[in-house]
Amino acid sequence: MSLRILIWKEIQIELRRKSVISGLLLYLACMTFIYYTTFSSQLAPMTWSALYWVTILFTVVSTTTKSFMGEQKGRDTYYYSLLSPESIITSKILYNFALSAIMASFGFVLFALLLSNPITDGWLFLITILLASHGFSGSFTLLSGISSRAASGSVLMAVLGFPIVIGVLVLAITVTQNCIDGLDRSVSYNELLILIAINLLVSAVSYLLFPYIWRS
Amino acid sequence: MKGSYWKYLSIPLLIYAIVGGLLMTVPRLAIVNETIRGLYYHVPMWFGMVALFLTSTYYAIRHLMTSQPEYDIQSVEMAHTGILYGILGIVTGMIWANYTWGSPWHGDPKQNGAAIALLIYLAYFVLRGSLDNREQRARLSAVYNIFAFAAMIPLIFIIPRMTSSMHPGNGGNPGFNTYDLDSNMRLVFYPAVIGWIILGYWIASLRIRLRLAEEQIKELEYEKNN
Repeated sequence: MSLRILIWKEIQIELRRKSVISGLLLYLACMTFIYYTTFSSQLAPMTWSALYWVTILFTVVSTTTKSFMGEQKGRDTYYYSLLSPESIITSKILYNFALSAIMASFGFVLFALLLSNPITDGWLFLITILLASHGFSGSFTLLSGISSRAASGSVLMAVLGFPIVIGVLVLAITVTQNCIDGLDRSVSYNELLILIAINLLVSAVSYLLFPYIWRS
Repeated sequence: MKGSYWKYLSIPLLIYAIVGGLLMTVPRLAIVNETIRGLYYHVPMWFGMVALFLTSTYYAIRHLMTSQPEYDIQSVEMAHTGILYGILGIVTGMIWANYTWGSPWHGDPKQNGAAIALLIYLAYFVLRGSLDNREQRARLSAVYNIFAFAAMIPLIFIIPRMTSSMHPGNGGNPGFNTYDLDSNMRLVFYPAVIGWIILGYWIASLRIRLRLAEEQIKELEYEKNN
């Protein structure tokens, strides 16, 4: 119950400050346009998938960094008295997951429009987007809670987060490569399984550790 | 480790490993040749690093459970020594790779995993540096320590095993286990691993004692001035 209210609250805050989400979408659009102008020739499929995932990574970092910074001073204390930390981290992870998945889908549309669309296995790619979004949100939500306490928040966020998500990134790029080559789906099962395992691991550890951040 | 005498065990073990590692017979393998002796110095670094990081995470968990500042200091110094081992491991590996693979950095999955592990723990120290409140620094960095260690497990233990590696023992390259006849190498390798791990804990424990002493001096000075 409280989970649904919390997620709804996140959506309302987001809709009230439309400048943040529209800024991020524009950020994505600008980056894709830069690729369009700088890579004048056709992109090789390998470059396409690497470029796509790195772009999504940067956008998602900027998206999730603000998940605790956007809160007004003093509101934390109010939540603290009202809610359990577990429901807060769960709602934030779910919300960031949805936001990351939207960003990744929007990024794909932009890439397909401006660059090219080499994907042949659309459903597998959709699953990859969903799993990678979960991986990103699971890793970054806790870290944004940590870095929001420090002075140099957004730089710290990137430094703390990048080494941790390299695994998710590498697996996503590998599966995307398989989607482009149109390989049989059974080839990607191993990678997808490990991706799911990583997601469960980081989400569970975030869930367990968040109460200790929240206490301060 | 103050007063525990088993730490001195590392001295004979390491003297034996260094002398034995240079003098005892090793199997003759193409390409690898005499560089196979690098095994005695390079691989124990990784065992030591993982042991030290594991201990660091253990103390981070203890810190979160008890909020004792000593556990925080222990956790940090274990991570410090672990980073030292990691850097030594990467450097020894790069020297070895320069002779056998032809260049120091080859993008081998194990090399990349090691680099990621170092990046994670360097980020841990950046995080500590950017938090001013001592109690908060201890708690948040303990949270990051545990989180990073959990996230590191698939990165350095699972993903490198999925892809082929140029390391001996992987992907058809002859390695240690294929030469069961040569138990000579094990005679040096295992003592080297144990010796380096003990030495790592010894270094870390000295640093911990130094830090605790510094804290006490600070406290005494504070009391004197007030």
